[in-house]
Amino acid sequence: MNDTRPMIEVRGARKFFGPLEVLKGIDFSVARGQIVAVIGPSGSGKSTLLRSINHLETLDGGEVWLDGVQVNQKLDRRSFERHINGVRQQMGMVFQHFNLFPHLSVAENITIAPIKLKGMAKAEARALALKMLDKVGLADKIDAFPARLSGGQKQRVAIARALAMQPKVMLFDEATSALDPELVDEVNLVMKQLASEHMTMVIVTHEMRFAAEVADRVIFMADGAVVEEGSPAELFRNPKQERTRSFLKKFLNG
Amino acid sequence: MDIALIGRIVPVFVQAAWTTVELSLLSLALGLAVAALVAMLRLSHVAALRFAGAAYVSVFRGTPALIQIFLLYFGGPQVGIQLDPFAAGAIALGLNIAAYMAESIRGGVLSVDRGQMEAARSLGFGEGQSMRWIVLPQAAKLMIRPLGVNAVALVKGTALVATISVVELTYTAQRFIGSTYKPFEIFAVTAVLYMIMVYGLTLLVDRLDRAYAGEA
Repeated sequence: MNDTRPMIEVRGARKFFGPLEVLKGIDFSVARGQIVAVIGPSGSGKSTLLRSINHLETLDGGEVWLDGVQVNQKLDRRSFERHINGVRQQMGMVFQHFNLFPHLSVAENITIAPIKLKGMAKAEARALALKMLDKVGLADKIDAFPARLSGGQKQRVAIARALAMQPKVMLFDEATSALDPELVDEVNLVMKQLASEHMTMVIVTHEMRFAAEVADRVIFMADGAVVEEGSPAELFRNPKQERTRSFLKKFLNG
Repeated sequence: MDIALIGRIVPVFVQAAWTTVELSLLSLALGLAVAALVAMLRLSHVAALRFAGAAYVSVFRGTPALIQIFLLYFGGPQVGIQLDPFAAGAIALGLNIAAYMAESIRGGVLSVDRGQMEAARSLGFGEGQSMRWIVLPQAAKLMIRPLGVNAVALVKGTALVATISVVELTYTAQRFIGSTYKPFEIFAVTAVLYMIMVYGLTLLVDRLDRAYAGEA
């Protein structure tokens, strides 16, 4: 096994929404076990970039690779559907608005994919759900329905749901932006714990402090391009680009 | 008010109302099946299929149900479709209500938050699987009321097939006018029987809606 090969690699990613170019040729890679935070103003394209990694957004140009396999390869419709479903099973995604399945219990939210997609036995899947819930501190909610959970609890269940597929990477799309301030920490804590277990993670976030604490590398995006990237220490303490400086200044003052 | 007459006609009219119930159930079954198909067309990725679905809805909602019934029953034999009045009525009503029900089904599916489909896809579910296990179970609940409204319209709409002499409630009522000259009593009884059918249906829809309300 070649461990120096990047886990995620994005080359020349371009994306248009109508006439608007939202990704202007982005290159970046994430090493195995690395945690990359993507920051930048709203509309900078950071969420679009993240969503194009698991093909929720289709790129108009460029390539995305996961662990040596091209995600957005050219295939006929049917073959691509099979290919992308397989690739997505290896990437966990956590959404800003949780997107738990409201008609299913917490246990079912977590077990439906392992049961239906991996053919896991129900009892085994439930044991797995319990283990994942334990990890996010919600084992006692296993039979609750999403409507009964707080926002922070919902997001932790959503993380457990993604982890139950034993993904190679986790993608976080502003996982705490929709939460009340007092609920942000419990979700951040779970993400930090994942980081300590060397999960490969890409985190799109508005929280500079969290990005500084947890990330190995920070990418600053603006207007569909990477303006600057580096270690948190470099980027936050000593930004080289004027655009980065003004963004961080606004954030620290606001 | 001729109370004795009412007493005499009620048993006959209840019989006729039963035909209306049968007609409604058959049209409803046909309507739901066709509606599911048309809704699938309307939600397709393929533009030609979407167009076909939209065309179906425009044609059947954009022309009077009465004309659709006439077209099938009177116009059918000319193109080789020979149906007895009951069959022609049931099919025409079913095809007509399908256009409305297709929109109720489509509306239910579109009301489910887009994030649900995305979350399912992100776990590795295919589009069909996501629809079946994640979107449709949530959409079904949202469809119950609108489909109930469609079903009520269908029951009342069955009166139209009296014009092609299907012996259902309205046709029976008209026939009794000639022999009794008491239209008030006769149509009042008829109206009450329709109301009972519609009320029963409404209760059923309420129960279904509550049963599916669940936790969400």
